[in-house]
Amino acid sequence: MARVSGFSGSVAVQTERGKNTIKAKRKFRLQQLTERFSALFLAVALLAVWQIAVPLSGLSEFILPTPLAIATRIANELPLLASHGYITLFEVLAGFGMGVAIGIPLSLLIFYSRAFEKAVYPLLVALQTIPKVALAPILVLYLGYGWAPKITLAFLIALFPIVISTVVGLQSLDKNLVNLVRSMGANEMQTFFKVRLPAALPNIFGGFKVAISLSVIGAVIGEYVAAERGLGYLQLQANSLFDTTLNFASVVAISALGVSLYFILDFIESKVAYKRDSAK
Amino acid sequence: MSAVSPTIGAEVDIAQLTKIYHTRESEDVLALDAIDLKIERGSFVAVVGPSGCGKSTLLSLLAGLTPISDGQITIDSERVAKPHSKIGVVFQSDLLLYWRTVIENILLPIEIKGLDVKKYAAKAEELLKQVGLAGFGKKYPSELSGGMRQRVAICRALIQEPGLLLMDEPFGALDALTREQMIMDLQTMWVRLGNTVLFITHGIDEAVFLADRVIVMSPRPGRIDLDLKVDMPRPRQWSRVHEDPIFHGYVRQIREIFEAKGILVAH
Repeated sequence: MARVSGFSGSVAVQTERGKNTIKAKRKFRLQQLTERFSALFLAVALLAVWQIAVPLSGLSEFILPTPLAIATRIANELPLLASHGYITLFEVLAGFGMGVAIGIPLSLLIFYSRAFEKAVYPLLVALQTIPKVALAPILVLYLGYGWAPKITLAFLIALFPIVISTVVGLQSLDKNLVNLVRSMGANEMQTFFKVRLPAALPNIFGGFKVAISLSVIGAVIGEYVAAERGLGYLQLQANSLFDTTLNFASVVAISALGVSLYFILDFIESKVAYKRDSAK
Repeated sequence: MSAVSPTIGAEVDIAQLTKIYHTRESEDVLALDAIDLKIERGSFVAVVGPSGCGKSTLLSLLAGLTPISDGQITIDSERVAKPHSKIGVVFQSDLLLYWRTVIENILLPIEIKGLDVKKYAAKAEELLKQVGLAGFGKKYPSELSGGMRQRVAICRALIQEPGLLLMDEPFGALDALTREQMIMDLQTMWVRLGNTVLFITHGIDEAVFLADRVIVMSPRPGRIDLDLKVDMPRPRQWSRVHEDPIFHGYVRQIREIFEAKGILVAH
């Protein structure tokens, strides 16, 4: 907005160029508007194309439902979606929570103990190369049909990004900052809470955000393999009934779950972590 | 009375101070070789020397951040073995915590010492006023210029009224104009506060301008080559001092040492 007022300032001075400047100003405003809402415009445009293309192509709703049909279905089936959604939500939160509860102490051990780092880090990276999704059937074998294998899968997927980003965040601290607080007489506990942790928070939250999105995938995959409830299960049910609209409605619900959790974390981050470049 | 009162400058006695860095791969490095240096209460001592001459090591030892290999340092007859509150340190970069406001940054040493932060808040404001940053307390470091940030770092070092202020190339990262202003302001502030200052720098002119004594060091091993008393009246004017033959005499004396050691080569 500051640039816009800069423009009006020059309008007052250079009256002979007034018309051109006003035109330029309008053009600039339009440009700003398109930039801000470009993602929304594109999304709406794609949905509109979808909406129009389905009847034109002669595809039945049964093969590909229109966005409006899906939206109507979501509105009608809210209680159903919610009853399965909260199961998935619980699995995601439990898996992610375990990821945090185990990942953060693990990161601290890796950061503070060189021996631990040498022993655990390569193992952790090696484990990461196993596609976690491929573990789902095995987890069901051991943990049964309940929520346990889903939570475990969500946890296994969430752990790696949390540990990596926390360790990187802690390691990337300017060593002079440590010297500074030590020169003030700080012990390691104070150094950690006054400097190390706050400086690493943007990194840690970066890892959390990746982890929560992946946890959703973990929980839903777990439900695909074997479940009696949850959005993934609902999707399979819809599939077996050839209810494509409900199938799509479940996909929307799963994405909504992931996106909401992401933005909740984003909100918490904005409250507790101050980003270096966010000041204006 | 929230006004910042003059501090009693500390007396520093460095005797036979030696620092050896043990490295895993190569030979041990003798960073400081039996340095002797006595600093009077309330005096401003500048240390100049090329990179690697041990001046930063000296500061680190004084601050109690690095263990001494041999010899000893006493500040007001107290032996330095670990960091203590008689010392305030200003580093080359401001090292402000970007997630804290200016005032919270200044009060960091108080927090760490576990002292009553509220008691010192007024003093922090007063210090800010003295460095020309009244009303900036609630701002974040990212909202300040490089010079302003370094001023805040100086306030942070002064909040506990340290007898000895250690400054490690504090203006090295600033642009020439800001640096000039900071040099002038530091002199004014020091005259008023009276802390003992040990000022480490690459800049011969700023050392001569600011100091009562300039210690010239040379590297490998770190030794004192010259202990030069600067006898010029205060307050000194940065713009005038450059026309002053006495000032140039001091600068030349230091340059000659660097030339003799091959640190500065004349063409």
